[in-house]
Amino acid sequence: MSDLFPLTVRGAATSRRGRTLVGPVDLTLDGQGACVVIGPNGSGKTTLLRLLHGAARCTRGDIRWACPTDEARHHQAFVFQRPVMLRRSVLDNIAYPLRMRGQSRSQAQERASQWAARVGLGDALTRPASVLSGGEQQKLALARALIIDPKLVFLDEPCAALDGRATREIENVLHKAKAAGTRLILSTHDMGQARRLGDQVVFLLRGQVHETGPAQAFFDAPQTPQARAFLNGDIVE
Amino acid sequence: MTDLWSGLTGALWMVVTFNHDLAEISLRSLRISLTALVVASAIAMPLAALLAVRRFRWRRTVIAVLNALMGLPPVVVGLVVYVLLSRSGPLGVLGLLFTPTAMIIAQVIIIVPLIASIAHQSLRDLWQEYHDLLISLNVTQWQKMKTLLWDARRALLTAALAGFGRAIGEVGAIMIVGGNIDHATRVLTTAIALETGKGDFALALALGFVLIGLAVLVNLAIHWLGRTEREGRW
Repeated sequence: MSDLFPLTVRGAATSRRGRTLVGPVDLTLDGQGACVVIGPNGSGKTTLLRLLHGAARCTRGDIRWACPTDEARHHQAFVFQRPVMLRRSVLDNIAYPLRMRGQSRSQAQERASQWAARVGLGDALTRPASVLSGGEQQKLALARALIIDPKLVFLDEPCAALDGRATREIENVLHKAKAAGTRLILSTHDMGQARRLGDQVVFLLRGQVHETGPAQAFFDAPQTPQARAFLNGDIVE
Repeated sequence: MTDLWSGLTGALWMVVTFNHDLAEISLRSLRISLTALVVASAIAMPLAALLAVRRFRWRRTVIAVLNALMGLPPVVVGLVVYVLLSRSGPLGVLGLLFTPTAMIIAQVIIIVPLIASIAHQSLRDLWQEYHDLLISLNVTQWQKMKTLLWDARRALLTAALAGFGRAIGEVGAIMIVGGNIDHATRVLTTAIALETGKGDFALALALGFVLIGLAVLVNLAIHWLGRTEREGRW
């Protein structure tokens, strides 16, 4: 199994109807820890994640993984801000990626029930996923992403609109995934979460990478006035 | 009013006494319409799923044509199928004219656009909901279609029932290609048309009530088997 990293992004951009949404972006990411993408609303955090994942078309520049792109996609998962629930039970939702990868129903369901227990959904296996609470749905989405043992998980504001308890539970799962060697790239507007989870920070502004570096250094001494203003809670445009 | 009443009592009497001719015609109606439904669903539903997930150049045109074909005049379909299957036609060698198979073919042509259009609307909405997830999971086109078809199965049941309703109530096309031959191709609708022509309104109405009863029963049975409106909110 070849490695995904380093990920090298050179002048990558995505446009729609002639308007550049994100880019040009230059970035190099290695394969360790969690990279937190922060920035004001509308700065392009979600689009950057989708661009790196391949869900948004790279209209300029290039994005290179250490292995072929198709193989890289195979080792990635994406957790959306508003989790998509298949019209199936919790168990079948979590088992779905394994079924699509050719595992038998019984094998997939066995692993799915293990993952459901890990994220605290062990008692809800047969319930329709759509009746779960927001926090439970996000935990299900996380279990569904992690069940394929991805090397990289993209998380788009995974705890937006969740209460403190649900946020803590999800962060615990993310800490465990990180400890197990899964690389995380997550966007968040919660600076507390960025400090708790981040090893590296990418600060986006107007669709471009404005500042990047180790999380500790960024939060202690941001290099640009815009990053300083953003961390101080000022309005940055 | 007298005709209506005598039709209703006549229908009840025929059902209670298990009229042999009625049973034969009813079973033939069911067999032909259900077979047409199965064949049409097997064509229309994958087509609807393909139109939902696949982007290609003439997609919008295909959808527009499919929607337009929902109003396909059955008599014209019957005529075209007749020409194709008649002895001098291109498929005349198969000897299918005036057989239940010809009636099934006509019904399939009539209900495929109907089922495909209704199914496509449901699948298109579901695809919008699932799009990001299925793209991120990197699943194949075929897996996307299978997922949509399975998860939208209850909505697809409605499409299938609409198709069944159209098929079992159809008379123009099957009259032309079936010929309304007693003990061979006579079904409830063609029998009703025949009895009305003969002026036996009571018998025609009785057959009509049996037809309505059958349609309702099949709908209820499919709803029950499909467990529609159960299992929470999915």
